[in-house]
Amino acid sequence: MTTEHGAVKTGDVVARVEDLHVHFSVSRSAPVRAVDGVSLEVRRGETLGLVGESGSGKSTTGLALLRLVDATGGRVEVGGQDVTDWSRRRVRSLRRRVSMVFQDPAASLDPRLTVGASITEPLIVHDLAASRDARRSRVAELLEMVGLRADMADRRPHEMSGGQKQRVGIARALAGEPDLIVLDEPIASLDLSVQAQIMNLLRGLQEQLGLTYLFISHDLAAVEHMSDRVAVMYLGRIVETGTPEQIYRNPAHPYTAALLSAVPTADPEAERRRRRITLHGDVPSPVNPPSGCRFRTRCPAARDNCATTDPELYEVEPGHRAACLYAVEAVEEMRAGAATTP
Amino acid sequence: MSSHDLGPTAAETDHSHGEPLPADRNRVWTALRSNIPAAVGMVILAVLVVVGVLGDLIAPYGVNEVNVDQMLQAPTWSHPFGTDELGRDVLSRVMVAARVSLMVGAVSVGLALLAGVTLGLVAGYYGGIVDNVLMRCMDVLFAFPVLLLAVAIVAVLGPGLVTAMVAIGVVYAPIFARVTRASVLSVREQVFVQAAVSVGASDGRIMRRHVLPNIAAPLIVQTSLSLAFAILSEAALSFLGLGIQPPKPSWGRMLYDGRGFVQDAWWLGLFPGLAIFVTVLAFNVVGDALRDVLDPRQLSQDEARRAS
Amino acid sequence: MSEPVLSIENLSVSFSSRRGVARVVDGVDWEVHPGQTLAVVGESGSGKSMTVLAATGLSPRGAKVGGTVRLRGEDLGAMSEVERRRARGRHVGFVYQDPMTSLNPVMPVGRQVTEASEEHLGLRGDDARSRAVELLDMVGIPSPEQRVDNYPHQFSGGMRQRVVIAMALANDPELLIADEATTALDVTTQAQILELVESLQERLGTAVVWITHDLGVVAGIADQVAVMYGGRILEHGTVDHIFGSPGHPYTQALLAARPQPGVRADRLATIPGAPPVPHQLPPGCAFYPRCPVRGDERCRTEEPPLTEIAPGHRVRTFYRAPHSGIERPAS
Repeated sequence: MTTEHGAVKTGDVVARVEDLHVHFSVSRSAPVRAVDGVSLEVRRGETLGLVGESGSGKSTTGLALLRLVDATGGRVEVGGQDVTDWSRRRVRSLRRRVSMVFQDPAASLDPRLTVGASITEPLIVHDLAASRDARRSRVAELLEMVGLRADMADRRPHEMSGGQKQRVGIARALAGEPDLIVLDEPIASLDLSVQAQIMNLLRGLQEQLGLTYLFISHDLAAVEHMSDRVAVMYLGRIVETGTPEQIYRNPAHPYTAALLSAVPTADPEAERRRRRITLHGDVPSPVNPPSGCRFRTRCPAARDNCATTDPELYEVEPGHRAACLYAVEAVEEMRAGAATTP
Repeated sequence: MSSHDLGPTAAETDHSHGEPLPADRNRVWTALRSNIPAAVGMVILAVLVVVGVLGDLIAPYGVNEVNVDQMLQAPTWSHPFGTDELGRDVLSRVMVAARVSLMVGAVSVGLALLAGVTLGLVAGYYGGIVDNVLMRCMDVLFAFPVLLLAVAIVAVLGPGLVTAMVAIGVVYAPIFARVTRASVLSVREQVFVQAAVSVGASDGRIMRRHVLPNIAAPLIVQTSLSLAFAILSEAALSFLGLGIQPPKPSWGRMLYDGRGFVQDAWWLGLFPGLAIFVTVLAFNVVGDALRDVLDPRQLSQDEARRAS
Repeated sequence: MSEPVLSIENLSVSFSSRRGVARVVDGVDWEVHPGQTLAVVGESGSGKSMTVLAATGLSPRGAKVGGTVRLRGEDLGAMSEVERRRARGRHVGFVYQDPMTSLNPVMPVGRQVTEASEEHLGLRGDDARSRAVELLDMVGIPSPEQRVDNYPHQFSGGMRQRVVIAMALANDPELLIADEATTALDVTTQAQILELVESLQERLGTAVVWITHDLGVVAGIADQVAVMYGGRILEHGTVDHIFGSPGHPYTQALLAARPQPGVRADRLATIPGAPPVPHQLPPGCAFYPRCPVRGDERCRTEEPPLTEIAPGHRVRTFYRAPHSGIERPAS
């Protein structure tokens, strides 16, 4: 187990997903195409932000990295090894190298166990501490790393605030010294004043320990703040990737542009001036996605051949890729349209 | 930096005091004590256990102390429950029989618990074909009337204390399997179980460490209710002559023996019957109270109240 | 100025339990005028939802409610339960966070939309149906003639929330109360719903009380903002007051805690600790234990009054902290 845990240098690819498909079959009806051809890689020491609305497949992609869902197509690689077909037993060792922080901190901790016991679990499972004393001191160390007092190990989850519980969730994810931490909406259930604490904590830990994050969120501002690179998902696909500057300043895909224009900002002046690009209708069903470009049914700039050609991600500028036949051009058109309609 | 940034140390720690709450166990205990029927039920059960353990030591007469001179005496101060057709003291026999009843109840429910919980846990946790096969077997057992099944088992294995316990255990196992499976199905979907999977915990560990403790509440309730039914079943089997064999006393057998004397010696049937009635009632009342206290919906309401 | 649609004065809500009295809402005042939007902002446990429930006579059992509430000038406290219910049904529409729980899963949406009108306006049969179609059309549901007979599960989340809004508007209410109405929705859907409410408000002149934790939403839709914390109003003013010159350290810290678009600061300004639990409120200023200004003994023991610092801008603090530095005692 430990021999697989090879040293990886900064910038190396920690995890890679190639043409990942995750389809869920509910009884005998057509499968739900939760993830439908996603490729991405996460490099050592970076935060890759995965942003999208509900049903975009962003969480399922995260789960696939721990093999918490099985791929129905494509490959999942962690530390250069193809883990797609690993056995049940072997997958358990994968879950030391990739760990996870969940959205709802209250639900993700066993109410019957002390938080210390929850943090100890990975230590026991992966045999990382020889004795009871070693475990106890490691738990104390982990608690202090996440800004809690060591004596809180004896508390039960219901005796803690939401922010404290999420800190415990982070401590548990750190316990196995993972190569990658999947953060699945880690701040979405927290109060606004606590969200900033958790984001600062995550950034601080990353600097201190050189951690690698996959930060999954629907909160565009949080993703911009946290990420070194961003991937935008829509209906099981990545539609745009790039640095936060590229994505947020110059979105190339019409969906990204619409998403950004829909986010309300805490500035009444700007809100009065703003021209939203309002999308019409709803996200189509992932059971039967539209032909060609998946976004065309809601795209204000869709053309005829959008229905026939499935656009691939291509580079619009170095490091910035979008899956739209009319990238950039379509966005400009939409902005002009939004500016004229009051 | 603005004035209200306290710097990294303060921002990155959270030592604020969460709410210290009374532990669950204390809460359950307090709630049970303030429920008067449940409190009475618990006192009765405690007395029964003492009597069951010390039975022949504290009984005023020997169980099989025959005294033909004093046969069929109505209750008096020296024989508060009267005497039977052989002049044996009914009170002493009821007291000693308590041990048998409680033991049959405990052992058979223990068997049912062990078998039922194991099967229900495996079926509920793995689901799919395992679940289908196991639960259909349980359905078959469940489809027989309880007593008929017990009688069939006794008929195969021959009457006696051990067979009675096995028979009752087999009969009640499916109930535990069902209760367990239903609870496992809901616990399995909880995020904390997924979190345990995500750190690499094995199935066995997850079932032992996360699933079982979280389904304890419904199982405790089911156990106390089943104890009542098991005692009733033992009485019924003994009444039919398929359980405890004379001259060992048992409530069901005593009831059976007393049926011929209903007209002349009502005390022969009344007191063992009353013993069964009171015991079953006590287990039921305590079980119901436990259900109210341990009800997960109640728990979540409590939590909601705390949070709001 | 016109008469307020809803005004509350010194409203308080408390619960007694074995662990003492929890003052969930404490001395809250505000009013909302026709065509205006009041946003009530707060974190969990701030009492923002309870304020509105109590104001409309919907507080849960066991709640002790004090203060005066006037709906269209009439004192709700002086009414009987039946009158209160009638006034509420006729003049107030509600939209809650989760559209699925506000809708009956086994009843066609059309009937649900006009159910209140049947009771309060005596609408029946074909009239009710055509009114339902009209309402669904008004909230932007495509082909309402067909959709009127559909069940809630046949709608998407955003469409369901539109149905709930149609339901709330069925009796042409003067007041719409939206409690975290877009919190469960995606941003693009949220944008649609916000736009819808704005345009309906313009057309119908409805007053809106919008309860939310999302400052972004507030900036876009509100005229007035009340910031609540620990059951009290800490700051109350126009949107420009609150976002342009926030006077309370809490409001300022809350605004600073959000990542700013385009600014990738290393560290976000944070508020330490967590919001207080109602029955464990500190004795003085509710925000004192977490306050970055950290006044003095007075803050710890004495509750600051809500003082007017500019016309229509009230702040509950001894130490107003402007954007840079700390201003010494004002009062």
